Amino acid sequence: MKIAFTTDGNQLSDVLETRFGRATAFLIYDTENKSIEIIDNKQQLDSPQGAGIQAAKIVIDSGAGALVSGHCGPKAMRVLSTREIDVYVSEAMPLKEILDLFEQGKLVKITKADVDGHWV
Amino acid sequence: MGTGYNMNIVIASGKGGTGKTTLSVSLFKAIKGHVQLLDCDVEAPNCHLFLERPTIDETRVEQQVPVVDADLCTSCGVCDDFCQYNAIVSIAGSEAMVFPELCHSCGGCTRFCPSGAISEKPFDIGSIEHTEIAPNKDFYTGKLNIGLEMASPIIDRLFVHTDDAKTGKNTEYRIIDAPPGTACPFVTTVNQADYVVFITEPTPFGLHDLTLAINTVTELGLPFGVVINRMESTENIVSKYCFENNIDVLLQIENSQYVAECYSRGLSFVDSIPGMEEKLQKVAERILKGSKKA
Amino acid sequence: MKELVVVSGKGGTGKTSMTASLAVLAQRSVLADCDVDAADLHLVLNPKIQEKHIFMSGNEAIIDQDKCTSCGLCEELCRFDAIEFKDGKYVVKDFACEGCKVCVQACPENAIDFPAAHCGEWYSSTTKYGPMTHAALRAGAENSGKLVGTVRVESKKVADAIDQKDLPDWMIIDGPPGIGCSVIASITGVDAVLTVSEPTLSGMHDLERILGLAKHFDIPSYVVINKANLNQEINEKIKQMAKEFSSPVLGEIKYSKLFTQAQSKRMSLIEYAPESEEALEIKKIWKLLNELNPN
Repeated sequence: MKIAFTTDGNQLSDVLETRFGRATAFLIYDTENKSIEIIDNKQQLDSPQGAGIQAAKIVIDSGAGALVSGHCGPKAMRVLSTREIDVYVSEAMPLKEILDLFEQGKLVKITKADVDGHWV
Repeated sequence: MGTGYNMNIVIASGKGGTGKTTLSVSLFKAIKGHVQLLDCDVEAPNCHLFLERPTIDETRVEQQVPVVDADLCTSCGVCDDFCQYNAIVSIAGSEAMVFPELCHSCGGCTRFCPSGAISEKPFDIGSIEHTEIAPNKDFYTGKLNIGLEMASPIIDRLFVHTDDAKTGKNTEYRIIDAPPGTACPFVTTVNQADYVVFITEPTPFGLHDLTLAINTVTELGLPFGVVINRMESTENIVSKYCFENNIDVLLQIENSQYVAECYSRGLSFVDSIPGMEEKLQKVAERILKGSKKA
Repeated sequence: MKELVVVSGKGGTGKTSMTASLAVLAQRSVLADCDVDAADLHLVLNPKIQEKHIFMSGNEAIIDQDKCTSCGLCEELCRFDAIEFKDGKYVVKDFACEGCKVCVQACPENAIDFPAAHCGEWYSSTTKYGPMTHAALRAGAENSGKLVGTVRVESKKVADAIDQKDLPDWMIIDGPPGIGCSVIASITGVDAVLTVSEPTLSGMHDLERILGLAKHFDIPSYVVINKANLNQEINEKIKQMAKEFSSPVLGEIKYSKLFTQAQSKRMSLIEYAPESEEALEIKKIWKLLNELNPN
C-alpha cells in the first residue's frame, strides 16, 4: 500500500513537515515495491486559504491508503473522509523512523481534525 | 414631515485606537433630528459598548452558497477549476464538496456547471442588530460570524437594511463607524459615503496612517475632513499637514487622562467634555451645508 | 531561536510602541512587521530597505475595449457591483473587483482579461537592531493573511541564512490589530503571544478574543496592561480573565505621555527615557518573558 508523508525533502532520511496544507511536497512510499514518488505541493503556498483542501486532493489522487502529517485541519479531513484513507499524526522526525513506528502499529491515528484552520 | 437628507458621514481612521468609535457614538448622541448610527466594523464591533440597549431586534444575514445534486454531478471538475477561492472541490467518485465558509457567493460554479447539478441555498454569515436608542435615534450594528473572513456582504446588507425605503423614516444623518485600516471592508463602507471624517492623533503613527487613508479616499473622489484627537497644542504635526494640504480640520480634542478614563467606562465625548454636544452639532451642520444635499 | 508575536486585539493600546522597545532591549533579533494594513514599526526602527518585492494575490478583471461589444452581460452577472457603464463603455470600477472570474468566463467575446493583481509590496531591510522584513498592503486589497504569511516566510528565510553561532535568541513580530485572518496568520507556529491590552471596555472585549485565539492554537500567551491606571475595576477584570486563560500578566504600565513623546522623536520609549518608571517596567517585562522562555 502507499503511504503519503508531508515533507520539505525528498528522501526517507528527511524530516516530516508538520503542517499538512502548507508542506512543499508529499513523499509517497509504496510498501510493496519500496519505491518513492515525490509530488510537489508548492502551488498551495499561493492560496490565501483552502490549501488543506487541495493538498487532500493530491493525497487522494496519489492512491495513498494512509497519510502521515503533523496535524490535519477540518477542511482537509472533510475531503479525506470521502475515501478510506487512514490519517496519522506524528512529530517532526525522519520519515524512516516514522515508517518503523507505522509498521509496529505505534503511530497515532486521528478520525477528526486535531487543529483549526490557519493560514501559514 | 422630516427632511430626509440621508447625509452619509463615514467616520474612519487609518490607525486603530484614535477615537473613531468614540467620535461616531458622540456625533450620534449630539445630533438633533433623525439620525442613524451604523457600526460597520463587523469583525469587531464596539459601538454597542457605549449605548444602553434595552431591546435588540436581530436580523440574520445570509448569502447564497452552492449546493450540489449528487445524482446530477459527474465529477467533471469544472466547478473546482473555476472557483478562485477553493470553496468547491471536485472529487472523483463522489459529488463536488462545498466549503461555504470560503465561498464568496459569486454564482460562477452554479452558472458554469455543464450538468446543471448546482443550485444555491442560503448560508448564515452573521447578523444585524437594531435598537431604537431614543425617538429619532436608531442604532444598527453588523456582526460577522467568527471564523468567516468576508465582511463586505454584511456591510452592504447594513446599508440596504437602514435605507429610508426600508425603514420608512426620513433620515437626516447616517453616522457610519468604518472598519479601521484601508483594506477591503473599509473600501466597501466608504463607497457609501457622502463625506468622510478622519480622526487621528498628532503622533508620527497617527499622521502616517492618516496619509495612507487620505490617499485612498482621494482616489475615490470623496470630500473629507479631519478631527484631531488627544492634541497637546492646536499646532501639531497633523494640523500642519492639513494646513499644507488644504484639508479641513473640523475639530481638535484635547489630550486628557480624564476623558480617557471616561472612555474606559463607556462614556463618549458628549458625556465627558462640557460643550462638546454643541460643537459636534455644528460640525454636522457644517458638513451638511458644504455638501450638495442641503 | 524563539518566535514572539505582539498583538493587541483592539488597536491603539501601544502594541507597536511595545514591539519597538522590546526590539531595542533584545539588542539583536530577527524583526518582522506583520501589521501590513497600516505598518508603523518602521517609523521608530528606521529600516534601510535593501530589497523591494511586489506582492501579487488573486486576479482582477480588465475589459478589453477593442473586443468588447457592450452587450452588458458582465454588468448583469457581477454580484459585487464592480462593473459600470460609464462614458459609453463598460468598465471595471477601481477597488471593486473581487477577482471571482465570472465575467471573464461568461463574456461571449472573450473580451475580459484576468491578470494577477498587485496587492502590495514587501521589503527586506536592515535596522540597528537586526534584519527586518516588512510590508505594505495596497488600499482596498483583501487582508486575508497572505501578505502576513509572506512576511513570516521571508523572515524565516532571513533567520535560516544566519550562522547558527550568530543566531539571535528571538524573532520579534509586530502583529496586526484585530482578531481576524491576518492576526491568525501572524500567530500560528510562534512560541509566545504577548498581548498589549488596556483597561477599557473595548480593550477587555477584544483581549478575550485574542486569548481565546492563542488557546485555540495551543500557544503560550502573556498579557501586558498598558494605561493600567485608567480604570481600576476593568484592570482587575483583565487580571481575572488572564488567570482564567492561564496567561501570566507580565507587567502594568501607567497611562503615560512618554510613548507619544518618544514616537515624535522617532525612538522607542526605552531609548527616549531609559530611566523612567515606564522603561523600568518594560525592562522587567522583557526579563520575565526571557525567564519564562529559556533557551
